[in-house]
Amino acid sequence: MWLELWTAVPALLRGLAVTLELSVLVILLGSAIGYLGGLSLEYGPNLLRIWVRLYVDTVRGIPVLVLLFAVFYGLPILGTQIGPFEAGVVALSVFAGAHMTEVVRGGIASIPRTQSDAAKAIGLGFWDRLRWVILPQAIRRILPPWVNTAVELVKGSSLVSLIGVVELLLATQQVVGRTFIVIPTYTLAGLMYFTINYTVSRLGALLEHRYAFLRY
Amino acid sequence: MTYLQIRYNFNWDVVWRHFHRLYEGLFLGLEIAVVALFIGSIIGLGGAFARTSRSRALRSIFAAYVEFIRNVPLLLLVYFVYFGLPKLGITFLSNLASFVAALAVYSGAFLTEVFRAGISSIPVGYVEAGKAIGLTRLQNVRYVILPVMFRIVLPSLSNTFISLFKDTSLASAIAVPELTYGAVWINVNTFRVVETWTVVAAMYIVAGYGIAYGLRQVERRYAVIR
Repeated sequence: MWLELWTAVPALLRGLAVTLELSVLVILLGSAIGYLGGLSLEYGPNLLRIWVRLYVDTVRGIPVLVLLFAVFYGLPILGTQIGPFEAGVVALSVFAGAHMTEVVRGGIASIPRTQSDAAKAIGLGFWDRLRWVILPQAIRRILPPWVNTAVELVKGSSLVSLIGVVELLLATQQVVGRTFIVIPTYTLAGLMYFTINYTVSRLGALLEHRYAFLRY
Repeated sequence: MTYLQIRYNFNWDVVWRHFHRLYEGLFLGLEIAVVALFIGSIIGLGGAFARTSRSRALRSIFAAYVEFIRNVPLLLLVYFVYFGLPKLGITFLSNLASFVAALAVYSGAFLTEVFRAGISSIPVGYVEAGKAIGLTRLQNVRYVILPVMFRIVLPSLSNTFISLFKDTSLASAIAVPELTYGAVWINVNTFRVVETWTVVAAMYIVAGYGIAYGLRQVERRYAVIR
């Protein structure tokens, strides 16, 4: 049995590579959306704020799985050619973007007004205030919850197995289906997820500790 | 953008004809979330006291449980319980029971952390006051720690409940007929893709925000605002 499990390891590792690729893409795209969304919620004109707020609250109100199915089945009907992997990237990025928007907004909102006032007093324009005063402080606030969201996204990437992307979880199920070695295979996959996510979580805790001196 | 041709005729009737699947699915999802929250709270309470106990072994066992569960996808746990546990002789009456078990174990890990934070945020003075008027350790837990802790963790409990409700969508992966499963059924049987997912998303949103609103009212009555 252990030999069979050992021969299945490359298949699992290929799955793990897809999981990582998907996660990294989603985290990057989600962060980009999050920064744009967070900045618009804090500084945007009213109309933009309403739309971003609507996007964030809607997406946060529905399960990721529903979002994933809606994108996977919905986009082709609306006339775009899209594969399962791309559908996964789109759905998870939309989901990630909504959560990251809240993270970024919270980080910026936690910087006291006086910082912005002081920056205005020394004659900085909007972009300079953002670049030199607000963001450097906000990023330290954003990093810990950002890391938590990243872990959620790595876990969430397992859902794309349900639309047929052979990432770690679907690779695991294929191995289980082929070998009937159930518990050790799932445990092995669990340990792979755990290793990645626990490392990232520890990193987040470390960052939180590192920036704990910032208190206002 | 000429290649992006949107020719889609809406036909909402199909969704309404099968609406009972969605409606019943929504309530099944809520029931699953309630039961999972209940069992998870029992695990969580045990876990929280274990993690604050003097026994080092108990502390590390529950720390390992919490860290492992929190860093592994829920879907993996669901498959593990559904496909794996029967191999060990632990069988469930139905897919539903299997999913509830997985969700309860999952929520137990999160609730352990919630309750642990609650216990450690009770001012030491309360417990000392309890001791001073002669309460035993158990009486102290029953009359001082638990009531205060529940009021402190109430907001976190509501958040956990809502995210559990959204997590019940994963039950569709093992064919439990909840809301998402109903949606997939309508989707593959009628191909009314846009209508189905719009209605289902709306149902999740209305239910989610409705529950959130209701729980806020409860919190306003009972929660400790500090």
